[in-house]
Amino acid sequence: MIQLENIHRYFQVGEQTVHALNGIDLKIDAGEYVSVMGPSGSGKSTLLNIIALLDRPSSGRYLLNCRDVTELDDNTLANIRRDNIGFVFQFFHLIPRLTAAENIEMPMILAGIDPRERRHRVSQALAAVGLSDRAKHRPDQLSGGQRQRVAIARATIMRPGVLLADEPTGNLDRASGISIMQLLEELNRRNMTLIVITHDRELGSRASRSLQMLDGEIVL
Amino acid sequence: MRSIDVLHQAARAVASQPLRALLILLAMSIGVTSVSVLTALGESACRYIVHEFEALGTHLLIVLPGRTETTGGQPPLFGETPRDLTLDDAAALLKSRFIEAVAPINIGSAPVSTGGLERKTNIIGSTAALQQVRHLSIAQGRFLPRMEADQSAPVCVIGQTIREELFGRRQALGKWLRINDRRFRVIGILASEGQSIGVDFDELVIVPVASAQALFDTSSLFRILLQAKSKRAMYAAVDDIRSIIRSRHEGEDDVTIITQDSVVSTFDNILTALTLTVASIAGISLAVAGVLVMNVMLVSVAQRSSEIGLLKALGATRVQLCWLFLTEAALLSVAGALTGLLLGQAAIGVLQLLYPGFPLALPDWALFAALAVATGTGLLFGVIPALIAAGKDPIQALARH
Ligand SMILES: Nc1ncnc2c1ncn2[C@@H]1O[C@H](COP(=O)(O)OP(=O)(O)O)[C@@H](O)[C@H]1O
Ligand SMILES: [Mg+2]
Repeated sequence: MIQLENIHRYFQVGEQTVHALNGIDLKIDAGEYVSVMGPSGSGKSTLLNIIALLDRPSSGRYLLNCRDVTELDDNTLANIRRDNIGFVFQFFHLIPRLTAAENIEMPMILAGIDPRERRHRVSQALAAVGLSDRAKHRPDQLSGGQRQRVAIARATIMRPGVLLADEPTGNLDRASGISIMQLLEELNRRNMTLIVITHDRELGSRASRSLQMLDGEIVL
Repeated sequence: MRSIDVLHQAARAVASQPLRALLILLAMSIGVTSVSVLTALGESACRYIVHEFEALGTHLLIVLPGRTETTGGQPPLFGETPRDLTLDDAAALLKSRFIEAVAPINIGSAPVSTGGLERKTNIIGSTAALQQVRHLSIAQGRFLPRMEADQSAPVCVIGQTIREELFGRRQALGKWLRINDRRFRVIGILASEGQSIGVDFDELVIVPVASAQALFDTSSLFRILLQAKSKRAMYAAVDDIRSIIRSRHEGEDDVTIITQDSVVSTFDNILTALTLTVASIAGISLAVAGVLVMNVMLVSVAQRSSEIGLLKALGATRVQLCWLFLTEAALLSVAGALTGLLLGQAAIGVLQLLYPGFPLALPDWALFAALAVATGTGLLFGVIPALIAAGKDPIQALARH
């Protein structure tokens, strides 16, 4: 499903070249639950951004659903991203002027889905994350945990095969964090591939497979 | 992405920043207001003046002695002075079958007095035909009698101002006036012409042309006014005038002929150019508004960096982002343009109340032009911010929050 072959990612910072990723080989099957851990700056986010098609590797090959996506143009990547990949951020990234329901609706608007279908799916998604009564609330009227639930509903509204989360609990208290992890795991049980970056050993160990990164390499 | 959704999302974004919207609205509307008011002023001045010229007469031709360079002919050679126009020339012109009426004109200035009051004013010498050629209306009495042009008669027709200043409330008709040392009986009083281009008939005394020639001791004419039989006959009339004059002036058509048409169209052209110039200058304010749109949109793009990054992460393409931001700029400019048009119409309405005698109206073409230019400017200046938004790197855009 996800196959990375000898992926390198360099950043040129002035004179210096930063090796964020250093020859990553990784294969993740459909429906897997993978956690990525490692010290700050070890390349976790860079790896996830490349998997999410938000970033391109400097060298190496990336196959998503058996299709080489390394050399595709921006438009094609945007469409693949929209239909196949959900992304959950540490800082939620909800659009402040839009309500919870409208934030969740956004990927479907970009995809040009019929408004009636959109309304139907949004109310389902709100129910699935337990926020049916918060549909009309704007992000600043929601707690951190609730915001992340909205973000998860948005990330999954296009029913992607892969759900990526970069420290989704990093900005939450422990209780909300655990409940967010439970929500993500619930989605994984319904056959969504789940890759989660976390600092928390305990949360990381809940995954069926755990990757340890160091200096741009997967060491375990 | 559906167009209606693009519009809706852009409208939401505009509404979420009311101060920004207000600023652009203000700039755009000032631009459009000034363009529409100035265009209306220019256009109306144009129509006013053309109308005034048309009121001078119908199918009017003016023959002046001497050839001016504007006719394209050679300037008179050294020592060759153009022949004067005479009453006989005027009489000869009437032979053309394209000419309806001929009014010879003599003009001079002289003191006019009656009952101890005296005033220096312009005296015109002409014939009965002047009334027809120049569309003069009589308030009291009658115009100059029909008689041989070379016959003088001690009669005159006076304008309203002269009547007022020399006679006040007293009856003027039938009274005697003294011009230089000759006496003339007032047989008619002109209706007030109001402001008219050229001569102010309110301040005129009109006497038979032969009398004027005697008054000013001359045998030449100042000019000859003619009325062609029809608009179509005007050009044939010009040819006839030239050949008649040539046959009378030893082979030289040493006159300048002005047709009312050419005067009107010249003024029309000059005023249209003037209107366009003034409107373009006002258009600069639209360009300024455009720059402001760009500036405000650029700030907005910078502020909404993380939103742009997010939309990209959600699968928005460059084209979609471009359209979203362009639509915002377009919405703001259209709203500004419409507000400007309303303000412009209001300003024109106020001017109309203040100057009811001067008909003001914004021509349709200017209305649409102002709208189109404002929207175009907004879009044009919205392109750069939209492209910047579309080109943002999603990761970096998301990193800043
Ligand atoms: N856009 C960038 N420009 C320069 N260096 C970067 C950029 N993004 C990441 N890096 C560098 O790459 C390395 C890995 O970063 P990152 O993947 O964010 O680590 P992590 O998420 O594990 O903390 C770090 O040294 C970081 O400084
Ligand atoms: Mg990171």
